Amino acid sequence: MADLQFVPWVDNLLGGLWVTIYVTVLGAVGATLVAFALGLLVRMKAALPRIGARIVIEFFRGTSLLVQLFWLFYVLPLLGYRLTPIAVAVVAFSLNFGAYGAEVVRGAITAVPRPQWEGAIALSLSPVQRMRRVIIPQALPLMIPPFGNLLIQLLKSTPLVFLVTVTDLATVADQYRAAEGNEAFIFGLLLVVYFVLAYLCTLLMHVLEARAKGRLGQREERSKIFAFRGPAAQEGEVA
Amino acid sequence: MLATPDTTSPEAQHGGSGSPLITFDKVVKRFGDHVVLRDLDFNVGPGERCTLIGPSGSGKTTILRLLMTLEKVDGGHIWVDGEPLSHMPKGDRLIPADEKHQRRVRTKIGMVFQQFNLFPNMTVLGNITEAPIRVLGKSRDEAEQDARELLERVGLEAKVDAHPTQLSGGQQQRVAIARACAMEPKVLLLDEVTSALDPELVAGVLNVLREIAETTDITMLIVTHEMHFARDVSHRVLMFDGGQIIEDSPPEEIFENPAHERTKRFLKAVLEQG
Amino acid sequence: MTWDMDYALDSLPPILEAFLRYTLLATVLGSVLAAVLGLVFAVIRRAHVPVLAPLTTVFIEFVRSTPIPIQLFFMFYVLPSIGITLGGLFVGVLTLGVHYACYYAEIYRAGIDAVPPGQWEACTALSLPARYQWQRVVLPQAIRNVLPSLGNYVISMFKETPFLFLISIPEMVRTAIDIGGGSFRYVEPLTIAGLIFLAASYPSSVALRRLEHRVGHA
Repeated sequence: MADLQFVPWVDNLLGGLWVTIYVTVLGAVGATLVAFALGLLVRMKAALPRIGARIVIEFFRGTSLLVQLFWLFYVLPLLGYRLTPIAVAVVAFSLNFGAYGAEVVRGAITAVPRPQWEGAIALSLSPVQRMRRVIIPQALPLMIPPFGNLLIQLLKSTPLVFLVTVTDLATVADQYRAAEGNEAFIFGLLLVVYFVLAYLCTLLMHVLEARAKGRLGQREERSKIFAFRGPAAQEGEVA
Repeated sequence: MLATPDTTSPEAQHGGSGSPLITFDKVVKRFGDHVVLRDLDFNVGPGERCTLIGPSGSGKTTILRLLMTLEKVDGGHIWVDGEPLSHMPKGDRLIPADEKHQRRVRTKIGMVFQQFNLFPNMTVLGNITEAPIRVLGKSRDEAEQDARELLERVGLEAKVDAHPTQLSGGQQQRVAIARACAMEPKVLLLDEVTSALDPELVAGVLNVLREIAETTDITMLIVTHEMHFARDVSHRVLMFDGGQIIEDSPPEEIFENPAHERTKRFLKAVLEQG
Repeated sequence: MTWDMDYALDSLPPILEAFLRYTLLATVLGSVLAAVLGLVFAVIRRAHVPVLAPLTTVFIEFVRSTPIPIQLFFMFYVLPSIGITLGGLFVGVLTLGVHYACYYAEIYRAGIDAVPPGQWEACTALSLPARYQWQRVVLPQAIRNVLPSLGNYVISMFKETPFLFLISIPEMVRTAIDIGGGSFRYVEPLTIAGLIFLAASYPSSVALRRLEHRVGHA
């Protein structure tokens, strides 16, 4: 099968896998923060934060992640910021996927029925309390499926980091290939690994969604948690 | 031996002549745990017009939907014009019908829906001619000619090239009636066809149906709350409750002198709403 | 850090050429393949064709869950070994097309689901055969429902074309990097590439959002 001894490579591959997971998790956390920040800013009445947020969102959604990665990698040092390659990758992912996430956040908050806002106002809740206690808990279940799709897209984008000298799973696989390993085998193996990782993300998303719905009193069937993903045609799943 | 429908029941002697056009033979229908129809037996003769009345959930709409094969029976058989609808003959047994068989038998049945269900991506003419061309094999010219005649009968000749979204609810429903009639069905099912209309538009649709009733001998099964219309047009009125027929009489009898307490209460409540 | 305008303008023609010859071409061909194949997938699944439908579901899920670069590499190395040696652009278009067909299949499915059940029932009431049910009633409405989403995915594919450089296709971003590498000034060419991306995708997004509003009112 493999004309190169595969076993010595397992260590490297596991190392690469760890990097992939690390970048994915940090990127996801960063993207979530950016998504909420931009998503809330873009809903404000005041022109400056709203338009500013809109520009940032459109910029990062409209340009390719690859270009953003490169740009940050080459340009940031020139501006005086010395970041490690992994940090550059995490920042790029956070901004790019955060921009898509912002649209999801905005859409989900807008989708909470108007009467909920009115009820909260009638109870004299402050805007912050309104958001925290009434609106966002109801918007959360709507946000989770598109966020889940974005997470999987983030995972799928991690191979890009090899361009900024980060050694992730895909990089190691490429090294294996360059060392005359069997290409079909290694890339086939990689496809399976990414598939498993993606499925784990889907599981996680379903569990989070079930819990978010549970807090609203909507029960979710156990079996749904293990199902494959549902429709992707929602605002937010655009690479 | 194939089970044959019962042709000696009193119902079969009403209105029409000879053997029944439609027979429900111990039909059972369940939705989950809820049993809507329980061993239902009833017949409709050719040319008969029956109105089904009763509270929601009593099974009236289910009967229409079963006839239109929009739902499957959970027990019993349905016969239309001498042929089984829910089942098909195989040797000397009956097995559940396949799509091809059902499609053939139900071509004789047409249905008009509460929500009209016109095709928004076609003009009025397109809506009416689509099925006659594809199913009855009419040529486009022939189908369009017939369609125009039907539109004239429902008073909408001018709207031939309009789109459904440009029409009022009453107009859409009249197009829907024309569309159903274009298939030259033997049976017309009318499922609360005026319930979704503004009160002012209801009369227009009911008049079209009255005209059809008077000038053709098409069999009609009508589910409606419009009691005056029911009285004018029906040969029989059947009162449903809990999936059973509790009363089956001509309109004069049932409206003037209902036999059952339940029917009395129902009619009182409905007629009071005016 | 200064901006060298002459250098920037010099790098514009080759980058633009790469854009038209590879990036744009791959996007158009890939999208057409994706649109057609995705429709096939969607109809197979919705009509519950035995054997094919569950296979299609698994295939779609697998392809959607794995990264495009890996798929590109896989196809690039595996296809020649089963006798298909048709060049990098073919592999690229095929991979992108099949990958996006899986997204499109889900979008079509949502569009089909959004067609009111009453439409299906009316087809049954008129005894319209399945073929015409799909062709004349359901699909026209389904596709109109999801036109904006389909458009979004074309833009998305456009932005993923840079991956093609992994299989040695000199698309726009690769060209920009090569130019930058020649003089060790990357800022100008990369910025130009980024601006071309924006110039192509932003107006399209706006147009799509307007289309979305119009479809919403229809």
